[in-house]
Amino acid sequence: MKNHVFRPLLVVIGLVAIVLIARLFIVPKDFGVWERGYMYGWHRKGNEDEWKAVKVKFQGREYCKDCHSQQYSQISGTPHFRIQCENCHGPAIDHPSDPPKLNIDRRRDLCIRCHSYLPYPTTVRGKIKGINPDEHNPGIECVMCHNPHKASKPI
Amino acid sequence: MKRRDFFKLSLKGVITAGLAKGLFELVKPEHILASTSNIRRVFLIDAQECCGCGLCIKACKLENEIPYESSVSRTWIERYVLTKDGKVHADATNAGKDGFTSTKIDLGMGKYKDIKKEDIKKAFFVPKLCNQCENPSCVQVCPVGATYQAADGVVLVDRKWCIGCGYCIMACPYGVRFFHPKYRTAEKCNFCYHRISKGLKTACVQACVFGSRKLGNLKDPNDPVTKTIMTERVWVLKEEYGTKPQVYYTNLSMEVR
Repeated sequence: MKNHVFRPLLVVIGLVAIVLIARLFIVPKDFGVWERGYMYGWHRKGNEDEWKAVKVKFQGREYCKDCHSQQYSQISGTPHFRIQCENCHGPAIDHPSDPPKLNIDRRRDLCIRCHSYLPYPTTVRGKIKGINPDEHNPGIECVMCHNPHKASKPI
Repeated sequence: MKRRDFFKLSLKGVITAGLAKGLFELVKPEHILASTSNIRRVFLIDAQECCGCGLCIKACKLENEIPYESSVSRTWIERYVLTKDGKVHADATNAGKDGFTSTKIDLGMGKYKDIKKEDIKKAFFVPKLCNQCENPSCVQVCPVGATYQAADGVVLVDRKWCIGCGYCIMACPYGVRFFHPKYRTAEKCNFCYHRISKGLKTACVQACVFGSRKLGNLKDPNDPVTKTIMTERVWVLKEEYGTKPQVYYTNLSMEVR
């Protein structure tokens, strides 16, 4: 083979070799074709564990039950028992150590998510007792008159 | 070598190579592993039971650290109001994170249309989230292997690997994907992978007040969600795209897209 062909060929082979060697170091060991095959399973396996390690924030009402048994028994049996504690009280995360105190959302906005009446008879929303937030004591927090743990008539 | 011999040898070579490749495909250990996975995560949504309170969206955004005031969300609620004049009105203000508190339909650009009670034919809410498709088009288009499907069917995004090209955002027929405002990588619902892998419910399922959202395992015949999917009338969104979505709906209407 002539020199002017051979020399650039060597350069190309050298470049390919460099890329292949660099790839050995750069691409993680766990990167490859996993369970879902080449088309859908081509990934870094370690990322699955990274996702699994994300912190759980919402613990559920059973987490609250033991320390706040009074509130738990107060709300159980009322229509509001179907609502998780953390929907209003905020995510527990590692409460009581972190955060030591939860911020209760007492705004009207929270209550009218369900209790602003919408005339949608074909869904569960139309069956919830509701008010028109523009007419029903505007500007006053609902908890001034209503106890959400004893969902019923005003106090 | 004669021309005849050359052709014979070539033919033998091609057959041998083909067989070897086929055999390699047959005994691929990954496929054997995949067939032994006894979990296939699915979702079941009863549109009848959604009251449009948006507590699921609030829980999702807090649980998965999506900046709360941003308009993007891993899951969202759409409101459909069908009027007697045959029109379909739909909106999803801020993904529904603050609930639907007014009869005014958000038309965008700060415009609203109030629909009177007597004009309404049907009105309902439709929660939406990633369909964790059996044939996820978002995964096919990823040029770097940053998004993938785990053995249990959940599609995940590798934030360290994502280059932010946005192909997957364009490829998803359901508009589920978006860029994370903080990490600047593709973001999507992953059925709260950190929760379901610990045996917990997803944040939205736990927060749901009327049990509209349910998580299930399609490979467990005793799972109530599986029983519903197998024995009752269920529907999926955009079946015509061939992605085989795995979020099933009951009480859905044909106007929902």
